Amino acid sequence: MTLWMPKTAAGKRWLGLAPSYIVIGIFMLIPMVIMGVFSFLEPNPYGGVMPEGSVAAYVKLFFEYDLEDNLVFNPGYINIIYRSFQLSIGATLLCLAFGFPVAYYITLQPEHKRNFYIFLITIPFWTNLLIRTFAWIIILGRGGVIEMPLLAAGIIEDSLRMMYTDGAIAIGLTYSYLPLMVLPIYASLEKLDFRLLEAATDLYANRLEVMTRVVIPLCKPGIIAGCILVFIPCLGAFIAPNLLGGGKKLMLGSLVQFQFASARNWPFGAALSMLLLAVVVVVLIFYARAAKKQAAIAGEG
Amino acid sequence: MKHLLTTIAASAMLLTTGLANASGELFIYNWTEYTPPALIEKFAKETGIKITVDTYDSNETLLAKLQSGATGYDLVVPSQNFVPILINEGLIQKIAVHELPNYKNMKDKWKYPEWDPQQEYSGPWQWGTTSFSYNSELYSGKGASLKEFFEPSDELQGRLSVFQTPDEVISLANIYLGLPFCSEDAKQMKKIQDMLLKQKESVVAYNSETMSDLMSSGEAMMTNHWNGFSRLGRTNGAPIVYAYPKEGVVGWFDSMVVPTGANNVENARKFINFIMDPVNMAMLTEEAGYGDAIKGTEAYYSDDLKSSPEVNPPSDLKVFFAPTCSPKAQSLIDKVWTKVMQ
Repeated sequence: MTLWMPKTAAGKRWLGLAPSYIVIGIFMLIPMVIMGVFSFLEPNPYGGVMPEGSVAAYVKLFFEYDLEDNLVFNPGYINIIYRSFQLSIGATLLCLAFGFPVAYYITLQPEHKRNFYIFLITIPFWTNLLIRTFAWIIILGRGGVIEMPLLAAGIIEDSLRMMYTDGAIAIGLTYSYLPLMVLPIYASLEKLDFRLLEAATDLYANRLEVMTRVVIPLCKPGIIAGCILVFIPCLGAFIAPNLLGGGKKLMLGSLVQFQFASARNWPFGAALSMLLLAVVVVVLIFYARAAKKQAAIAGEG
Repeated sequence: MKHLLTTIAASAMLLTTGLANASGELFIYNWTEYTPPALIEKFAKETGIKITVDTYDSNETLLAKLQSGATGYDLVVPSQNFVPILINEGLIQKIAVHELPNYKNMKDKWKYPEWDPQQEYSGPWQWGTTSFSYNSELYSGKGASLKEFFEPSDELQGRLSVFQTPDEVISLANIYLGLPFCSEDAKQMKKIQDMLLKQKESVVAYNSETMSDLMSSGEAMMTNHWNGFSRLGRTNGAPIVYAYPKEGVVGWFDSMVVPTGANNVENARKFINFIMDPVNMAMLTEEAGYGDAIKGTEAYYSDDLKSSPEVNPPSDLKVFFAPTCSPKAQSLIDKVWTKVMQ
């Protein structure tokens, strides 16, 4: 059996890359195109879409027909988008605050220990996110793991009411995505030449200066990558807002889920996903630019 | 490359054998805490059919799942007001339930119901009511009126749990305000919207699955509930009382239907026939704790079930079964709920 084989190097490269193009095409482009098309259709009142073109879904992001059918400005969804950003940024900062010291600590360990610690970091991924989020209900809930000893010791008299709040959502998001912050920071810290730290100390830099002027700038790509890896899934999260926020303070992810499951407005859900996608693309463009600049500086040095 | 072709051929073979094996399976998609494991085991023992159960928390979720296309489910359990929608949308198929041997066991009252007049599509599961429950140790009220649920007093501040989807919440609101079901009148729906927005100030969570957990931890003092599910919470040790408000409660009838394109239609029919046997239906009612539509099940009920207040409502209780809403009424309901949720 003879098989067709490309003659040129470029042709061979294409063939070699074909599997990844196929994967990206099937699992990313096609669903995205479907969502894009859906967002410009009319909703079917019982779910699904009707084959009539419409931009109503995008109008709905900012305006609404009230119950009397008047078109009025509606800040509701903008508030949800604002809340999503707030919580996602909060969770990203928390992840950074906890994740960076952990990554730094691991880097300072002898090599065999490092691998073990990294292994420990990945353990949470073995269990379903839904179950891990449920665990937080037990921890934060009324008379739960945190409150019980405080109540018993008489430090508090009534429940702290930690569950079903924005704070609970932020904690849940931080917990869910912390490993995604630790791993890229560790990856860039691992390559750090620790002699540079000694050199900085020799040049009379104090500990804080060593950190802010040597370590952090050198592992900046890892920090940025970690922040993006945490921020983007936070924006689309719906498990934490539903379970820990009680579903009464929607985030973008839960709003999308709500449109498909309960409100039966698929085009609007699709339009929201498109908006989310646009935000992600903008963030990534900023990242690419920053990375390019970084590379240019490194090149000069 | 040759290797690749072998792999493809092998996978194709695996796929076809997979399909061949599927004849001994049944995939059920049912509400949470609604499919007794003992019943599944019994069916598996009698027929050798392997059952897999997935769960959902609302008719809306079920409808969305079926609308999204091939789900692989052979049997789903919608409420009466969603059956006509599923029929009209072509999402479920005719399986001639009235021809099944055990159909003769059905109580005449429930035969050929208005949502499936020829009984072509649906076999009976359970019927029950939607109201609210309260923690009798914490809450001072007696659940005498829907006012306690929709216009909560100060003691319920941040301690009220409401269902996550509009279907039953809005129906209950209609009953409280004395408005017709499936209203197409924007002014009436505005009244409901305002009331629900006000109620939201006291809501701790919108939830249709973990009501019993919320109640037993004390996180919620009052919650939207179904009678049988409320009984489950009580028999598990929480001081939960199911309320029978004077305005009335929402009634529903859940039935087994078979989605279009199901792989194991015959197994689904076998299961429906199995459930319509009084012994098996009694097992289901015992566990789920609602009511059934099969003759002769009472003989198998335990004393505990017979004496449960959740299945023995006061004789003057008003029960309202919601019809299927028109697209216009449905879109008003969805608008109200979206507004409340944001």
